[in-house]
Amino acid sequence: MQTTNTLPAPLSPSQQFLKQWGVTIFIAIAVIGITIWQYILNAQVTEAVLASTIRQSTPLVLGALCGLLCERSAVINIGIEGQMLLGAFVGFLVNVWTGNLLIAVIAAILAGALMGLLLAYMSVTLKMDQIIGGTVINILALGLTGYFYQVGLTTDGKMLPIPLGPLADIPIIGPAFFNNPPITYATFILVIAVHYVLFYTKWGLRTRAVGEHPRAADTLGVNVFKVRYVNVIVGGAIAGLAGAFLTLEAVGSFERAMTNGRGFVALAVMLFGKYTPLGAWGAALLFGFANAMQTQLQFADIKIAHQFIGMLPYVLTIVILSGFVGRTRVPAADGVPYEKE
Amino acid sequence: MTEENLALEIRNVTKRFPGVLANDNVSFSLRKGEIHALLGENGAGKSTLMNVVYGLYAQDEGEFFIDNKLVEINGPSDAINYGIGMVHQHFMLVPVFSVTENMILGSEVTKGTSLDLNRARKEILKISEAYGLEVDPDAIVEDLPVGVQQRVEILKALYRKANILVLDEPTAVLTPQEAEDLFVVMRQLTEQGVSIIFITHKLKEILNVADRVTVMRRGKVVGHTSPKETDQQGLATMMVGRDVLLEVEKSPAKPEDVVLEVEHLKITDERDVEVVKDISFEVRAGEILGIAGIQGNGQTELVEAMTGLRDATSGKVYLSGETIPFENPRYLVEHGVGHVPEDRHKHGLVLPYDLADNMVLNTYYQKPYAGQMLVRDEQAVLKNALGLIERFDVRAPGPDVAASTLSGGNQQKVIVGREFSRPLKVLIANQPTRGLDVGSIEYIHKEIVKMRDEGIGVVVISAELDEILSLSDRIAIMFRGEIVTIVEAKGTTREQLGLWMAGATPEAVV
Amino acid sequence: MEDQQISQEDNQSMMDKLSALWRVIAIPLAAVLLALVIGAILLAVSGANPFRAYAALVEGSFGSMKAFGRTLAKATPLIFSGLAVAFAFKAGLFNIGAQGQLLFGALASAAAGFMITGLPPFLHATLALLIGATAGALFAAIPGALKAYTGAHEVITTIMLNYVAINMTDYFADGPFKDRTEGNIVARTPEILDSARIPSIGEIPVGFLLAVLAAIIVWWLLWRTTLGFEIRTVGLSPHAAKYAGMKVAATVILTMVISGVLAGIGGAIETQGIVYRYQPGFNAGLGFDGITIALLGKTHPIGIIPAAILIGAMKAGASTMQFNAGVAKEITDVIQALMLFFVTADIIIRKLIRSKAESGETVTLSGWGQQ
Repeated sequence: MQTTNTLPAPLSPSQQFLKQWGVTIFIAIAVIGITIWQYILNAQVTEAVLASTIRQSTPLVLGALCGLLCERSAVINIGIEGQMLLGAFVGFLVNVWTGNLLIAVIAAILAGALMGLLLAYMSVTLKMDQIIGGTVINILALGLTGYFYQVGLTTDGKMLPIPLGPLADIPIIGPAFFNNPPITYATFILVIAVHYVLFYTKWGLRTRAVGEHPRAADTLGVNVFKVRYVNVIVGGAIAGLAGAFLTLEAVGSFERAMTNGRGFVALAVMLFGKYTPLGAWGAALLFGFANAMQTQLQFADIKIAHQFIGMLPYVLTIVILSGFVGRTRVPAADGVPYEKE
Repeated sequence: MTEENLALEIRNVTKRFPGVLANDNVSFSLRKGEIHALLGENGAGKSTLMNVVYGLYAQDEGEFFIDNKLVEINGPSDAINYGIGMVHQHFMLVPVFSVTENMILGSEVTKGTSLDLNRARKEILKISEAYGLEVDPDAIVEDLPVGVQQRVEILKALYRKANILVLDEPTAVLTPQEAEDLFVVMRQLTEQGVSIIFITHKLKEILNVADRVTVMRRGKVVGHTSPKETDQQGLATMMVGRDVLLEVEKSPAKPEDVVLEVEHLKITDERDVEVVKDISFEVRAGEILGIAGIQGNGQTELVEAMTGLRDATSGKVYLSGETIPFENPRYLVEHGVGHVPEDRHKHGLVLPYDLADNMVLNTYYQKPYAGQMLVRDEQAVLKNALGLIERFDVRAPGPDVAASTLSGGNQQKVIVGREFSRPLKVLIANQPTRGLDVGSIEYIHKEIVKMRDEGIGVVVISAELDEILSLSDRIAIMFRGEIVTIVEAKGTTREQLGLWMAGATPEAVV
Repeated sequence: MEDQQISQEDNQSMMDKLSALWRVIAIPLAAVLLALVIGAILLAVSGANPFRAYAALVEGSFGSMKAFGRTLAKATPLIFSGLAVAFAFKAGLFNIGAQGQLLFGALASAAAGFMITGLPPFLHATLALLIGATAGALFAAIPGALKAYTGAHEVITTIMLNYVAINMTDYFADGPFKDRTEGNIVARTPEILDSARIPSIGEIPVGFLLAVLAAIIVWWLLWRTTLGFEIRTVGLSPHAAKYAGMKVAATVILTMVISGVLAGIGGAIETQGIVYRYQPGFNAGLGFDGITIALLGKTHPIGIIPAAILIGAMKAGASTMQFNAGVAKEITDVIQALMLFFVTADIIIRKLIRSKAESGETVTLSGWGQQ
């Protein structure tokens, strides 16, 4: 057969890589550069900033993992915020009742998964507008946690850092990466695990196919509804874990609306990371770094109203979103309910 | 009948959609190793029947027999297990996946928990060699030409060990030469024991390749025949239910002054690829210029630039000598350019709107539809709709029903009514009859010729060779963003057109 | 006899109209009832008496003329924020940022209310209202422009801008506009002048009448003008809008601006009619309530009025309920969330009441990538 189409001259792999990741790599190098420079100037502060970067980035990576699992199977999840909040609250409450951290974390995960189930039901079965479905979850979580919350409760202890032997003593990165509490370690593992599942397994292939061309997957016997349900529920569970991180590992108590927009920032992180777990991790570290710097700025005696410093992560999100959304390839079927007939 | 060696038998299948009886007590049988054509107009129920067989739709009534055994097909996986493979009209390929990933999806080969792409790649190469269908397993599907994508689709079915192959309108996206190649492949496959159901509405192809023909009309089987017993006219009459004019009736054109001129137009698309490379042509009042070409050779972008939907990188378009601005559809509406868009659901109509609003979609702000202070005149909008519904024979309960409730033919008539009823100098119609039934096609062709005879310069873009040949006065052939040649329609043959569309130089084709 | 026939026909068309109306309101009504039932179960589970709680809620919101006035006052900014959200929906935009626009409107009108002096009452109040509207409009133009020119999805940008708005207004209320009267330590502006206040006629706040007027104007704009036609076309099919020669990007921005005007007025009316100053935290959640109200009102400007009165009643009665029945106010948030769920998941309700009720015009929003 003759070939009869206009085709672009394909980019060489290295060009393609550069086009896709150039900006990210540039930012990463800049951040690492600044960090090393800072470390030379003041080791202690730098280590604190790095550790804080990891802490700040953890709920964002988890939220982004939730978002990308959902969207890779074409369900838009803007209810991450609510899933996180409910996870945080349930984890907190169960810990107050039982005094057990592990059971609390499991409860938080289950709560998140349940919210995932709700989103899946709304968007896959009822075929509701997914953005409105996510909003329902956010408002529901805000209402439920507000109603059942009683002021003055505190958790029975927090998740404590577990230093990983000599690794924790490596300069600069040791305290940041190898001296963390359990959920943070779990996050590292999850990033790798989701990456593996998404790109190297049968499930991942099916998930991506469902996100790009659900009918094609359906014609090959892939159960589109099942793939979406499972991904959205697992995503919800991860968001629940992010909530558990907030109450059980980071703060040790619950406050109304304590997620503070992290669920939405996580979506920007997901987009910035181009729907890949590793990319999302990098993006989350960048956001975490910005947050950590913000805290440092507040300590430092700089004459800027704290409100303006407080705005930074949100402004950063908007800027990144505006600059990147057009360049990120969104799964083709994202947000579209699947109609079998 | 069961004495016969049947690969597949369908008995009394009925399938209803809300408001539509898509398949009405349909029976059909496929012998082993034959090519059985399923002929019918758009909307006759052919694809629905095959989707039922493939398990994508559940039938309301009816039974299937495979190798003379009653089977139940509850989903595509069942169909695949029974050896049924289907190449859909719109390819079921994930564009961003590699050929290998597309091939194994749903029937993955794994090593431990991981996909075993290496083993899959070897298997694919083996099959592709066995059937003489060459592909690169690592190529990304969206980078492949449609002809090769179709090959991937066929291989996908063979990879799943299909011995019954359903091909749904497979030649719609191919040049006549590519179609010939496909027919060769189809015959090879039948020699290797594969039985093929070939869905089409193109009569010549059936006479060319099929062993037997089953004809469907309005959801029912209306007859069986074979190429030996019939000819084109006979098939057409069976398909439509009455005698059909296979040619458009028209007198010779009387071209006058140039009304539309395209000069050195270049267009770059979203992927930074130059899809239109330095195109120039002119259209005179009172003639129809047909633009022929396989889909994806720059026609869409060319039309979008001419109709204000897309910017060009360089070049000019003149309307009666005046330069037109790009990306300004309103200018064109106000200066007498009518546009029947390629995708009527995306551009041509707002489906939830009623007919009245759709019929003033681009003139809503003009008198008499809007008066002072942006206030709309509902009565004038309604009156306009009633007039157009009458004049263009739109079959609808009234002007206040949503456009989404109409059949494709009537939806197209709404657009035609809106565009043809304005005072025009130029009419640009992109795929004006795609997906329509023969009645609507005849009607729209007649209206287009009428516009020409009223002294309007007409451009028709179509992937259907027959449409181009019978409608045009002159034909421009596009290939890879360039115009290969412009010829008089009279005396040009399908074969010549096909070769040009496949990129042959004008001199090479005589 | 002829007369009789005519009146029979009248009756017939009357019945048709009524049944059409019923088909539209059946689902929101059922959603509200279902939410109240589940709310009652929740109350019972948490040890309260749901009947007493609801009775107190009704008493606090409709029990007296005064209570009713309070309900209308609470409903007023809610109508505006509901209109703001619903209006943007018509262009396919989800303005979750009504909250932030509302805050700016509230702050700006407060500033105008205490800083500008020497104007006659009507003029001062109107001017402050317009300044509030402008502030909301400007703040809404940002996500509109970002959406139109960069494709950044308005859901995320408006939520982020909500946090920006909280911080910004907080800064002003705690800095340049701070109430410097002796003894004040909280972040708030001084009280606005009497001339900037929006009065009540009897128990009926004038602001409420303005809100009803606004709803009518929005309805007229959307369905009787070419601008409304453009907005709705862009919302239903941006591609067809482009084909029709409409300026899609400009329409998106304009829609956001008008939405911001409505939200801004909502905030301004809250300042000028109820709080009389800007104090962070006083307007929390009004923008989010707007989402519930818009959807409960089936995104129809007129439907928003009863929806807002309902939510306003829950707010007005919440304190009475807390006082009389000892139930935490937040239960109303839960009930609201449930209403939102049931009204959007209308398939569930249609199955429950086996009705052919129309789902109405469904809201379609764009996803991230595709335009």
